[in-house]
Amino acid sequence: MNNKEKLLKEEILRMSGVNPVKCMRCGKCSGTCPAYDEMEYHPHQFVSMVESGDIEPLLESKSLYRCLTCFACVDRCPRNVEPAKLVEAVRLLAVRKQGANHLKPEDVAAVLDDDTPQQLLVSAFRKYAK
Amino acid sequence: MKVSYFPGCTLKNKAVMLDEYARRSAEALGVTLEEIENWQCCGGVFTTSKDEVATKLSSVRALKDAALKGQPLVTVCSACHNVIKQTNYAMLTDPEFASKVNRYMAEEPYNGETQVLHYLELLRDTVGFDAVKEKVVNSLKGKKIAAYYGCLLLRPAGVMQMDDPENPRIMEDLIRALGAEPVVFANRNECCGGYVTVESPALAARKSADVADNAKAAGADMIITACPLCRYNLIKNGSELPVVYFTELLAEALGVKEDTNE
Repeated sequence: MNNKEKLLKEEILRMSGVNPVKCMRCGKCSGTCPAYDEMEYHPHQFVSMVESGDIEPLLESKSLYRCLTCFACVDRCPRNVEPAKLVEAVRLLAVRKQGANHLKPEDVAAVLDDDTPQQLLVSAFRKYAK
Repeated sequence: MKVSYFPGCTLKNKAVMLDEYARRSAEALGVTLEEIENWQCCGGVFTTSKDEVATKLSSVRALKDAALKGQPLVTVCSACHNVIKQTNYAMLTDPEFASKVNRYMAEEPYNGETQVLHYLELLRDTVGFDAVKEKVVNSLKGKKIAAYYGCLLLRPAGVMQMDDPENPRIMEDLIRALGAEPVVFANRNECCGGYVTVESPALAARKSADVADNAKAAGADMIITACPLCRYNLIKNGSELPVVYFTELLAEALGVKEDTNE
């Protein structure tokens, strides 16, 4: 792990409060993840890749925007590792960069219909934009 | 009794009847929902990162307003409940976070004193399902109802502390109190696809169809939910069963579904 990777890892652990060393590699988080099929990197890989400092591929991955924040991986982890909190921290680091918002106001018109609840839009912006 | 009430953005717009039926039913049960003045949107989803402070201030302001009145804070929307309860838990258990938040608060600080209740908890723990049962005037006998929890009502369970996250019963018990028959189905605590419907409509469509198909296969006539986004996703993605807010059923059973105040 080079110095840049080390700093990035420390920042993610501080933001998330997660200790990836607690993971015993059982894979239950990924087994229960409803977005598994659409993820390039799965919840258990977020845990192991953050631990090893291999974070750049995660920052670039669409997997960040497939996580549903449903907390299934959090509640079903036998070691209380809380993988969703790592995904959230990495996603925040990605969208906090200047001009890196994943969802922009001009994108919204295409997804609106007469029944779209306000909850959908505020939730999507909170997750995908800063 | 009076409780503080946080309706939330969607209950003022696309889910206006979720709110209206909740208020009428509460009155019929002897509880007044006192809407917090100048409440602001909770943001829809809780941000777990510890360095996110500004995104949680609207929830803390609502919590503090209730604390100053000495009332519990009640929400009906699953999302508002999840965000506000998780925010309150952070205020109570993370002193560093609470200290950062309190720098934005005028006058006295807030440190997680308010009790946050979902409307279902109000019915179960304050009113009591037995008391609800006594007030039923139109029994829903014969209806087979699938209670869809989704993710926001139950998880993370250590913070929500509302029900068993893998085998919940609070909505089934309400259905029984209203005279109907609850239908337990496997996908009742799985995600509908949530906000990812913006990012990947196909993923949300699969998740929602799994839930609706599973409820139908279990023999239900209808699905109830507390979440406007779950309802939207299930209907949009072709649920063959009607998807209604739990407050609508409650209002129907209590005989207050039609507005008599006009």
